[in-house]
Order: sequence, then C-alpha cells, then structure tokens
Amino acid sequence: MSDATSTGPMLAADGTPLKRSLNRALRAQKLRALMLIAPLLVFILVTFIAPITDMLFRSVENQIVSDTLPRTTRALEGWDHNSGELPSEDVFAALTYDLVAAAERKDHTRLGTRLNYETTGMSSIFRKTGRRIDDFGETYMDQFAEATPDLAAPETWVTVMADPGWRADYAAWEAARAAARETGRDFDRPPPLFRLKNGVADILPEAADVYAEFARIAQVENGDNPAEEEPWAPVYLALYRDLMHVGPGAIERLDDASRATLAPAHDAVAGFQSERLADLYLDADKGWGEPAIWSTIQAFSSNYTPGYFLASVDLRQTADGVAMQDEDRRIYIMLFERTLFMSLAIMGACILLGYPIAFLLANLPLRTSNVLLILVLLPFWTSLLVRTSSWKVLLQQQGVINDVLVWIGLVDNANRLVMINNQFGTIVAMTHILLPFMILPLYSVMKTIPPTYVRAAKSLGASNWTAFWRVYFPQSVPGIGAGCILVFILAIGYYITPELVGGTTGTFISNRIAYHISSSLNWGLAAALGSILLAVVLLLYWIYDRIVGIDNVSLG
Amino acid sequence: MTAATDNAFVVFDRVQKSYDGETLVVKDLNLDIGRGEFLTMLGPSGSGKTTCLMMLAGFETATHGDILLGGKPINNIPPHKRGIGMVFQNYALFPHMTVAENLAFPLEVRKIGKSEREEKVQRALDMVQMGAFGGRRPAQLSGGQQQRIALARALVFEPELVLMDEPLGALDKQLREHMQFEITRLAHNLGITTVYVTHDQTEALTMSDRVAVFNDGRIQQLAAPDELYEQPQNSFVAQFIGENNTLMGTVKEIKDGVALVVLDDGEVIDAKPVNVSNPGDRTLVSIRPERVEINKDRLSPDAHLVHAEVLEFIYMGDIYRTRLRVAGNEDFVIKTRNAPDQRRLKPGEHIEIGWLPQDCRALDAP
Repeated sequence: MSDATSTGPMLAADGTPLKRSLNRALRAQKLRALMLIAPLLVFILVTFIAPITDMLFRSVENQIVSDTLPRTTRALEGWDHNSGELPSEDVFAALTYDLVAAAERKDHTRLGTRLNYETTGMSSIFRKTGRRIDDFGETYMDQFAEATPDLAAPETWVTVMADPGWRADYAAWEAARAAARETGRDFDRPPPLFRLKNGVADILPEAADVYAEFARIAQVENGDNPAEEEPWAPVYLALYRDLMHVGPGAIERLDDASRATLAPAHDAVAGFQSERLADLYLDADKGWGEPAIWSTIQAFSSNYTPGYFLASVDLRQTADGVAMQDEDRRIYIMLFERTLFMSLAIMGACILLGYPIAFLLANLPLRTSNVLLILVLLPFWTSLLVRTSSWKVLLQQQGVINDVLVWIGLVDNANRLVMINNQFGTIVAMTHILLPFMILPLYSVMKTIPPTYVRAAKSLGASNWTAFWRVYFPQSVPGIGAGCILVFILAIGYYITPELVGGTTGTFISNRIAYHISSSLNWGLAAALGSILLAVVLLLYWIYDRIVGIDNVSLG
Repeated sequence: MTAATDNAFVVFDRVQKSYDGETLVVKDLNLDIGRGEFLTMLGPSGSGKTTCLMMLAGFETATHGDILLGGKPINNIPPHKRGIGMVFQNYALFPHMTVAENLAFPLEVRKIGKSEREEKVQRALDMVQMGAFGGRRPAQLSGGQQQRIALARALVFEPELVLMDEPLGALDKQLREHMQFEITRLAHNLGITTVYVTHDQTEALTMSDRVAVFNDGRIQQLAAPDELYEQPQNSFVAQFIGENNTLMGTVKEIKDGVALVVLDDGEVIDAKPVNVSNPGDRTLVSIRPERVEINKDRLSPDAHLVHAEVLEFIYMGDIYRTRLRVAGNEDFVIKTRNAPDQRRLKPGEHIEIGWLPQDCRALDAP
C-alpha cells in the first residue's frame, strides 16, 4: 500500500489500482472456467434457450396475414368495421391482387387455416375463392383483347412494364445459357430478376405492381420467361382500374412504344363494360358478404398479435377489442385449473406417501436402507409405458382391484368402481411415477438430521410426537420443499400418463398442447399455452420463494 | 457399594448392557451417586461410559439390572418423563429456533405460562452470561457460546440431575479450561447432581467430586480426584491417569505394609503393596515422575536406591523433565521443580534415584 492515508483506491505494489491488478489475475482463471463450461453452455443455448425463445416468439408472431395480403391489409386500414358495410372496391381489388399471387404460391390455404383459428369458415372461404381468383378480371382481359389486340400478347406487356436494362440482361443470360447448352457445360446461373421500368409505377401504379408480382412469380416459382407468359386476368383488372383513373396527359409521359399500345386502350376503357368485384367474391363464397370476415382480417393484420394468448385464456380478439370466447369453446381456463389442481393433489399424495418411507430409510441401518432404496428406485428401471399400462390392468373395471373388491363382496358386480380414464386414475398413476422424486430429496435431507436433535428434545421433556413435530419436522422442510418443487413441476407438464389413463376428464393442459402441435398444427396456440404454463410455474416458484424461501430447499 | 446408601440419588444396581446379545458393553455396574454430587465417568472410548449415561437418560435400556432415580426404578419411564437435563457432545441446539426459543422449548412442553417462561429463559441466559443473545440463531454463535446455551437449556427447567456427554470436546484448550470452571461453579451453586462423561483426564480431575474410571465395561476405580491420582488401585488406572513410570518386577517379601520388589534387572526397591499379597507375585510398580527423588539427603538412610543413566534433559520453564534409563526402561521420566538449588542433570550422567515407599505402588501385572 503506497499511501495508507490517501482516500484514493488501494494501490498494488507496482502502483496500479489493486482492483485492476486483482481483476487481471482473476481473468485467466475465469477464462479457464468459462472454457470448461463452454460445451454445456452451447448445448443449453442450442437445446434449451433457443427453443424457448422460439416458442415465445411463435406465440405472438402473426406475419402470415400481412405477408400474404400486404395490399389488402393496407387498403383495409381506412375501413370502419363498425359501419356494417362491406369494404370498397379498392379493397376488393387489393385482395384480388394478393390472392392471385398467394394462390399462385399456394399460400392462401395456409392463411385460411390461420384465420380459421379466429373465425371459423375462413379456411373454406379462402380455398373456394383461391380456385376462382384466376378468373377475376377476365371480362376486362377480353375487352382489352378486343380494343387493343396488342395487349393479349405477353411481349407487349414486357415492352410496357420492363426496364430496358433488365431486358438486355435477360437476353444476355439467355444467350449464355444457349451457348452452355451447345457445348454441354453445366449452367446454373439464375436469370436476372425482373425490374420495372422507371416511372411506369407512377402512371400505372396497380398494373405495374401486379405485373411485377406476376413476372417475379413466373420467374422464380415457375422458371419461365415473363415475355412468354400470358399475364393473369387480375393484371388486366389492374390496368383497367389504372386507366380509368389517369388522364390522357399521363399516358403522354410514357415512352413511344408503350404509348402506342396504351393510348388506344385508354381511349377504349371508358366504354368498357365494368363489373363489380364484390359480386364476383360473393359469387365465389357468400362469406365475403359478412363484415365479420373482413374485421377478422383487419384485426389480425399486424405483425404481432396477442390472439394466441387470448385464445389460451378463453378470450377472443375482435375488431372491437377483447371478448369472451363463445361458451362452448371455453376449455383452456378449465384445463389450466384442472392441471394445477391435479398437480397439487399428486404433490400432496407424494408427500403423504413419501415422508414415512423417507423417514424409515433415513433411520434404518445402512444395509437395510440400501435395499429399501433400491426398491424405491426400482420403478425407474421399468419403462414408463409398462408402469402406466400396469395401472390400467389394475384399475380398469374388469381389472385386478375391482375383481378383488367384488370377490370380497365390498363392491357389487353390477357397479364396479370406475377408477381409470378419469382424474382418479391419473392421480394414482402419476403419484406412483413421481413418488421417487419426493422420496429421494426427503431422504437425503433427513439423512443429514442428526438423531441427537430428537434425543435432545426428548431429554428436554418433549413427547415423541412433540419432538417430531417441533424439532424433526421443521428440519426436514427443505427436503419437502425440494421434493414438492420437483414433483409439482414434473407433474404440471406431464403428458404421456394422462394421455393413457386420463380419459377425457383426467387430461392435462400438456395434452392439449401436444394436440395443437401434432394434430391441429396450431403451433402459435400451442406456443402460447406453453408460455402460459411456463409463466405459471415461474410464478409459483416465486411465490414459494416468498413464502418458504428458495434457500430453504435442499437436496441434501 | 450397596444399592441402599441413604443419600444416594442415582443408583445403578447390577446393570448390564449388551447390544448384540453376545458381548457385554457394560458388565455388572454398581454405582451410587449422591445428591448434589459432581461425578465424572472417565474412560477410553468403547469403555461403556457413554452407554451408562444413555441408559440413565433413557435412550438405551439396561439388559439387566435396575437404575434408580430418587429411589424409584426408572427402567420403564420414557426419557421425556425422567426430567433429566442433558448436554450433548455437539450441543444439539435446534437450528431452526432462536436461542430464546431453544431455551423456552422445555418450558413450553411443560406448559409453563408465557410470562414465567420468559422470565426463566432470561434468568438462564444471564446465568451463562449470554443475556443479550436471545434473538440469535445457534449458527450465529461461536462454539463456546453454543456450549453455554446448551448448558442453559439443560438447566432452564430446573432438573435435579444433569447429564453431560463430552460437552467440551469441540472447544479449543483455553475455552475448554474456562468452561470447565464455569460448569463446576454452576453445578455447585445450583446444587444439581451432575453426571459428566469425558475421556479427558484433566477435565475429570479438575471438575469432579468423584471420578469413576471405566474400562472394559467395568468401573476400575471410583474415587475423589486426589485419591485417584495418588493411590491408583490397579495398573490400568495408574497408567490412564496422569503420567506414570512403570517397572516390572517380582514381589520378594511383604513386611509392615512395605513390599520388597526385585526388578527384572535384579535391583531391589521398596513399594507399597496395593493389590499384590504374596511373595512371588509378578507386579507392575508405578511411580509418579514428580515423586522421584534425586537428592539422597531427602530420603531415609535405609531407603533402597536405584541406579539410573540420564538420557535426555528438557527445560520446560516451571519444571525440568529428565528422561532416564532405569532397570532397562528407557522411558523413565522424572520431573523436578525449577528452583535455585535444583541440579540440572546432563545426558550421560549416572545417578542414584529413590522414593518414599508410599509413593511407589506395587500393582497387579497386566
């Protein structure tokens, strides 16, 4: 210490602050420790943290609506869902463009499935409409073909829409491909992606947008040359809508080639026979006439949604806000309550059965207790399925226990007890399976309680019971705590046993999660349910910490 | 020792104990403990002393014989109804209770009212000078403080008999000596009968009214500390208590209460016959190091002297400790007081040593 009287930081012999030189000395040590745990850390990150993060993300993620229907969701922003009226033709047009692209990519059924979670019937609406969407705008296609036959040719569209640079690039790419074919070389260079001509989007916004979408899909999804493909009918619809809006001045600003095609078309559109899009949709599916369908799309148009979480607690997101789920669809709150109640019951049963066994184990001579301990661990060596199935054998109505009870005469043959495929069966089977997780921590804690405490209590005048209750039991509480946490947390997420012996009334929330993961494929809801389960466990853990104190938990 | 001593408070009457049905851990124990007496059970581990204590406390049952407390047999009374205070080796303070709760425990189970309870707890805490520590947990106390609390807890319900099972074993030397004093002071002030188990002979000698030396399941000697030290009844006690020089020999004759013993190298010495009676008996002669005299002038003229060679001289401050070879025994130690006129022996020196016949005891040959 260079200067004991100074108020500055303590200095090491070489004058650097002591804290810094200490840190330097410890750094190598810390680094080595980190290296040692690095494999485990990576393993945990990959197998534990990442899936949980992914699950949390999935439970709120909702990009499918805005990804699949970008134009529609934008167009719907101005629509008032309370008006009771259908959205405007603009919205229908936007939906047409979105749907034709989605149908082309076969995305519309996925979207239908997603929205069906929120409003039943959406799935079939999208499927039906998707089959017909190709025809929407056909009227205009025919009329354009009549008025300006040029527009029926794919090449004309490229002339109007495509960037000349892209056309040159594309020609070069085609030439290179042809040369490669000639010489038999492999050719895997992708074609240059379609680019819109400068300024065309300003004059013909919808047509340019939809055509660009069409060109990209033709290129990327189908591997075709847009110059050789006939555009979708909705492209003509877009062109019609654009030409109806723009004045002749705008057409004048186009380049010569485009003007030659579009000037006559612009003159002709005013005389076209128009068609209401809404009628086309209603014709495809009457469901489009319901404002509820539209408000669902509007409500779920944001990238993130609380919808899954609301559904997890029997609520529903509507355009007006949060509402209760329909009476007959409310099941999750009940399932959560049942899961909690049954887990607590299992935990209680484990304490009642496990405490005396652990006490016995801890107080027997080592040789005897080792044999008993092996008996406790024996179930671990048997397959979980075998054990669960054996409970079926024991508990079913024609099972061993009922047979014995009937034979003794305790139960009438006509009303055998129903002990399986209900809550009772689940509680019995799971108590049996989880019992070792209660016994082992209890045993290891009890093992550390010296017998002198009870002796001391007795010598001080306490009866056997008082000595146990006032002196022994409080010291075994950390073991109970550890056992309870283990059993409860294992029970709350248990899946296979309730599935096998729970019937309909003895299943847990985890069974519902598994159903959504593997059968209904509603992963978002499964993720939300899982997140809530995780939150409940953490909450209970926190409450336990507040009441008992987590440092009061010991595994021995 | 008979079972019917008038003032006997605790009586062991022909008590035997066996754990496995094959060997006796306690063999035919007879012991009377007077009211208010401080009795120590001293012995090597496995000698049966702790078993005796546990039988008295009620945690072990005697295989045979009776234990009487205040004249009543207590064999069938469970421990919690015996009203005996006990201090355990590791204190056994309940870790989940505060000091005050620990002390209140025996009063609570006796259904003593709250105000009286608090008063008694405070008095007991003050008694062991721990009055300010009532709110602490045992884990927050040092070993010595825990020891005091354990003592206070054993005394707080005013038992007539207190048992202590090696209570000072875990303390360091200085604290142990201090606590020895405290315990004896308390026991005598309160007039409680105390049975104290230890394997530390210094503790036994300094604290007790009487010491029962245990070995091999039997009491080898039951006597006051000075008697035990100066007049051991057999070779085990002589060797177990304090430092001792031993020489092997054969009794030649016994006359006027003095035995003439021929040592194995042929030298002849005087000794007090303790448990040898016939000429020709093999004997173990024991002399305390501080009773060996190197100054011939202090002995009677006709005393037998023994030849000795000085092997080692150690200066220990208050005393000199000299190791000699005597009659073939190279571990013969003498202690001489550091006084101005005291000679310092030099290694290699040949001297003559002697002792008063009553200090040299001819005991049974082991």
